[in-house]
Amino acid sequence: MANYSTNEFRPGLKVMLEGDPCSILDSEFVKPGKGQAFTRVKLRNLITGRVWDRTYRSGESLPAADVLETEMEFLYDDGEFWHFMKTDGSFEQVAASASTVGDAKDWLLAQEACSVTLWNNEPISVTPPNFVELAVARTDPGLRGDTAQGGVKPAELATGATVRVPLFIEIGDVLRVDTRSGEYVSRVKS
Amino acid sequence: MTAVGRSRLAPADWRPSCPVATLRERGRLLAEIRGFFAARDVLEVQTPALGRRTVLDPALDSIATRDGRYLQTSPEYHMKRLLAAGAPSIYQIGPAFRDGEAGRWHNPEFTILEWYRVGFDAPALMAEVAALVDSLLGHAPYGSVACADLLRERFGIDIDNTEALIELGSTLGLDEPTLDEALDLALAEALSSRAESRVFVTGFPAALAALARVGDEGSAERFELIVEGVEVANGYHELTDAAELAARMEADVERRRVLGKTGPAPDEALLAAHQHGLPDCAGVAMGLDRLLMLKVGATSLAEVMAFSWDRA
Repeated sequence: MANYSTNEFRPGLKVMLEGDPCSILDSEFVKPGKGQAFTRVKLRNLITGRVWDRTYRSGESLPAADVLETEMEFLYDDGEFWHFMKTDGSFEQVAASASTVGDAKDWLLAQEACSVTLWNNEPISVTPPNFVELAVARTDPGLRGDTAQGGVKPAELATGATVRVPLFIEIGDVLRVDTRSGEYVSRVKS
Repeated sequence: MTAVGRSRLAPADWRPSCPVATLRERGRLLAEIRGFFAARDVLEVQTPALGRRTVLDPALDSIATRDGRYLQTSPEYHMKRLLAAGAPSIYQIGPAFRDGEAGRWHNPEFTILEWYRVGFDAPALMAEVAALVDSLLGHAPYGSVACADLLRERFGIDIDNTEALIELGSTLGLDEPTLDEALDLALAEALSSRAESRVFVTGFPAALAALARVGDEGSAERFELIVEGVEVANGYHELTDAAELAARMEADVERRRVLGKTGPAPDEALLAAHQHGLPDCAGVAMGLDRLLMLKVGATSLAEVMAFSWDRA
């Protein structure tokens, strides 16, 4: 694949560093006094999620990373792998390990869409939609008339994730949840 | 030339990169500067933006034209020829060009204010720089720190400790830094974390003298003014010794050769002017666009230029 020179660095660019694909978060041209020019770069390692700070001489380059963020449908998990299918009509499937899926597994419901990041066509991360709607599988009985108190209780959702919900929520209610914070947003259907 | 210049402009980018209010601020700034120098009897001059020679400093890249001329990275050489020919203290406001320097604080074409004071040394010129900045940005106290103290205070490293400096360069994220690179990075890092809003940096090592004279204690009579972490001015008690100038030019040619950079021959007219005799003087260059950024509180040069590099 191509190389990107420091003057092409910009946020969002995917490059290879120390064998891992990285996404450039920030790139700044620095030139102290009459000295040599550098480009200071902040990169996120897409495998580990860690953020790296690096400094390059002007004109140095990094190889491009074949990283593609693609919309896929979650099919099922077999306990070891989570299986996804492309939604571009190709019906192509990929399998992601538990560590690749990570916390996203809390929000994945079969037949629902999510975003899968592919590196050299292998999944490296899975991002659920920002908001999902999931049914309550288990929670303590609701306490009528207590809604004004603002009390909360835990509720287990169909995917196994637990969120804190208002006391009036009952088993079978469908909830809207923000996957970035893991917080209850509203009741969609009771 | 960098590839940036060859890209096509989106139709929506016909608009200026700065608001009309900032054009007014720029106009006022220019008028104030001219008033400042008129009151001090410093003569405004104009010298060519295109010359057959240019700077040899390996850290600066000039933009060449088809007929082998160069857009000047600063008006320094032409202005020194004026001084050698008997001009009094002079100043110039005009465009300067540095290939490849594009970023938040850099634009390959920018406006430079450069002035030379006959009979001044570095401290006298620093006082005048402070007076000008005070008149443009309002008064504030000025700190002063030598490069060696800067490194000792920030990193606890001695400026002569080659090994420690190189190791620091690696820590700052550069792969196998040279001593010069490590020193540049360390100074930049130390400066960006200083508390004072305006600070003069002095006591540059002789290796960073450029065209400043080197004093008896072996450090260059060079200063930089840093305002809110940004370099806005770079000044020298000017080197006048023609033989020393010739030696530094040859050294720069060699450093360029090692880096695989081509460039012009040393400027024989500048050398001849020094042989004729450059008066004892101090000179300084100031980035006017950066000064305007600080004045209006902008976060990038584009916000204070009529048309920044990506819209020009």
